[in-house]
Amino acid sequence: MLLTIRSLSKTFPGTLALDEVDFDLRAGEVHALLGENGAGKSTLIKCLTGAYRRDGGTVLLDGTEIDPRSTAHAQELGIGTVYQEVNLLANLTVAQNLMFGREPRRFGLIDGRAMRRQARAMLAQYGLDLDVDRDLGTYSVAIQQIIAIARAVALSGKVLILDEPTASLDAAEVRMVFDVVRSLRERGLGIVFVSHFLDQVFELTDRVTVLRNGRKIVTADTASLDRVRLIEHMLGRELEDATAHEAIARGPRPPMLDFSGLGRRGTIEPFDLAVGQGEVVGLAGLLGSGRTESAELLFGLRNAHSGTATDQQGPLDLRSPRSAIAAGFGFVPEERKTDGIVADLSIRENIILGLQARRGWARPIPRAEQNRLADDYIKRLDIRTSGREKRIGELSGGNQQKVVLARWLAMNPRFLILDEPTRGIDVGAHAEIVRLIHQLVDQGMSLLVISSEIDELIAVSDRVIVLRDRRHVAELTGDEIAPGRIMQAIAATEAA
Amino acid sequence: MNTRALPLYVTIGIFLLAYLVFWLQFPNILSTRVVGNLLTDNAYLGIVAVGMTLVILSGGIDLSVGSVIAFSGVFIAVLLRDTGLHPLAVFALLLMLTTAFGAGMGFLIDRLAMPAFIVTLAGMFLARGAAYILSIDSVPIQHPFYQALQGAYWLMPGKGRLTLIGVLMVLTFVLGMIVAHKTRFGASVYALGGGEAAARLMGVRQGRTTVLVYAFSGAMAGLSGIVFSVYTGSGYSLATVGTELTAIAAVVIGGTLLTGGAGYMFGTFVGVLTMGLIQTYIVFDGSLSSWWTKIVIGILLLAFILLQKGLLKLSQMRLAQEATRGT
Repeated sequence: MLLTIRSLSKTFPGTLALDEVDFDLRAGEVHALLGENGAGKSTLIKCLTGAYRRDGGTVLLDGTEIDPRSTAHAQELGIGTVYQEVNLLANLTVAQNLMFGREPRRFGLIDGRAMRRQARAMLAQYGLDLDVDRDLGTYSVAIQQIIAIARAVALSGKVLILDEPTASLDAAEVRMVFDVVRSLRERGLGIVFVSHFLDQVFELTDRVTVLRNGRKIVTADTASLDRVRLIEHMLGRELEDATAHEAIARGPRPPMLDFSGLGRRGTIEPFDLAVGQGEVVGLAGLLGSGRTESAELLFGLRNAHSGTATDQQGPLDLRSPRSAIAAGFGFVPEERKTDGIVADLSIRENIILGLQARRGWARPIPRAEQNRLADDYIKRLDIRTSGREKRIGELSGGNQQKVVLARWLAMNPRFLILDEPTRGIDVGAHAEIVRLIHQLVDQGMSLLVISSEIDELIAVSDRVIVLRDRRHVAELTGDEIAPGRIMQAIAATEAA
Repeated sequence: MNTRALPLYVTIGIFLLAYLVFWLQFPNILSTRVVGNLLTDNAYLGIVAVGMTLVILSGGIDLSVGSVIAFSGVFIAVLLRDTGLHPLAVFALLLMLTTAFGAGMGFLIDRLAMPAFIVTLAGMFLARGAAYILSIDSVPIQHPFYQALQGAYWLMPGKGRLTLIGVLMVLTFVLGMIVAHKTRFGASVYALGGGEAAARLMGVRQGRTTVLVYAFSGAMAGLSGIVFSVYTGSGYSLATVGTELTAIAAVVIGGTLLTGGAGYMFGTFVGVLTMGLIQTYIVFDGSLSSWWTKIVIGILLLAFILLQKGLLKLSQMRLAQEATRGT
């Protein structure tokens, strides 16, 4: 065994990111590491590359225990990593990137000719014949990725970790990178392959390990797995207090919004979407399937290249969040810390932010009115805090999320988009948010809910739309909204 | 062709074109006298611009250099007036001082993760203030060694004078080219300017590189101060106000990207000469106000910023085209 990991643990304040994880890697295999957001993939990798120090467990490389202190140290030990982006420097030449830190020198000065010769020799091993004097940035992402692999292999040479290396590549480029990976496998390297593209996992890898919530779920030969089983492993079925699917009783809804042919090249294929008044539409799919991108299009965060949006009164302008808000839309983003809250402002200030922006800064909301609003929502949403002037950054994730929700509710939108509303929230707050969604719908608000947790979608949705590979592929209603059906739709291959 | 070198070619092209146009009007402008003066008059600016180029390549900025030059002049003048030290000893002392000053700023920038703009702005006031403390008056330098330095030149054919300080500037540029393009330290500087995260991943020692970059700039500012004191024969705390901005302008006109990571030391040399040439032309013309220099430099700066933006767009478009052809 080339690399053996036993009972690896890593804790961060408040969370156990890795809980006694086992993992092993043979020489000459490609081993997929799978899991949804927060499963612990990147923590595991960072423990291997020296970005984090582990808290417990052993890591054996070639039978000897190792404890990488830094990326450079991990490279010396033989572990190289290629990330999705930011591996190399686009402003340096190909040769400089390949030889950086190991430039051949004559009389203390860099010997450019020797450097270029060695760089060309390195690339020749990968069947590439490039002008090594050109800036790296002038080459396509696929070529840059192969150059990054070449550098990582030259520096380390035993274990190669590929962290989502194909996320920004098209089909032909993926093939190029895969050929390189296969040739490295034949040379006897152990390769860890992290990806959320299941097609690629099945095409390339020999074995699969699935992580979920910091625990290892399974390690198996890729050939012995089918898609549905794999997705079950990845998504799990954890939520205990599964609310019954009661939405069916609500019956059909009067139409309100109609989006047709909305799409953006390279981001999301054109899709149609109708949302009724008081309806909850759920978006299901794996990471990277285009869920968030769909929502961003609807909210004007990214502009659509095609398509129209209309309501009963006529066409809507969705070219910017500002115009989407004017049309009565709201958006609770996935990245709460960076996109949702303003950490240094108080709860009150966070709540009135949207309302004030809509009124214009020349007409401040009277302080008494601000206080009334803040106190009202703190009570209604049961935000646990010592007072409205507390810095929002000091609240727990669940309470922060309630403040973000309060900000939108204060503006009384007719269509609210919730992107992973329960991510990073404890179970109690989780149930409250689900209950709140039901309340809002009863008041006639329409919602679009994005979630990786299938049970949560089932609990709140009237309809579930399934996305795969940046495309809306299925729409489930009524009795079809069941875990098995959703997972099948996520798993189905193009042919099916 | 590699788009990275295009700004350099444009800089050289503009310089040659300007020279040609001026030559058609004033054939004398090509004489070795003018060329010699171009080097001499801009020696202090060129030397400080060498340091500034490295700083900007690393993605930083050094606003303190103008004040450091003034401080250096006053420091030298006061020490030569009040002590019996030989000028060479004073030079050595001064260079140690300014290098340490730069290193200190680099250390703060790195350790406190502070913007270089703020730290070197503080350094600018500090150095200027220190110069005032030494003397608020212009202090003449009357050491025989200085007269020897000022009188040192080589008479070129055509009676042009190639002065010591002019030669020193050219040598400084050669040194700058070697440091920037031929050493691992230089490669680290480009790497930092290209992106700190990627640079760290590639093994750049960020702290050490940052300290060295500002130390180098401090040393160049000190050297420039020496040259300026030789050039003017005095030390004055109000001298070279705004020279840091002129140096930045020379670097950008020389084709270096203000955000760091791309550019050539030689470009800055041409940038300094271009700015000097415009000044020379205005002197030749005689009827133009010297403020025209500023206006032309402003226009040139704007043109270069636009050129760099355009090039960025162009290379992105070309990349997109290649990507579609690939599929």
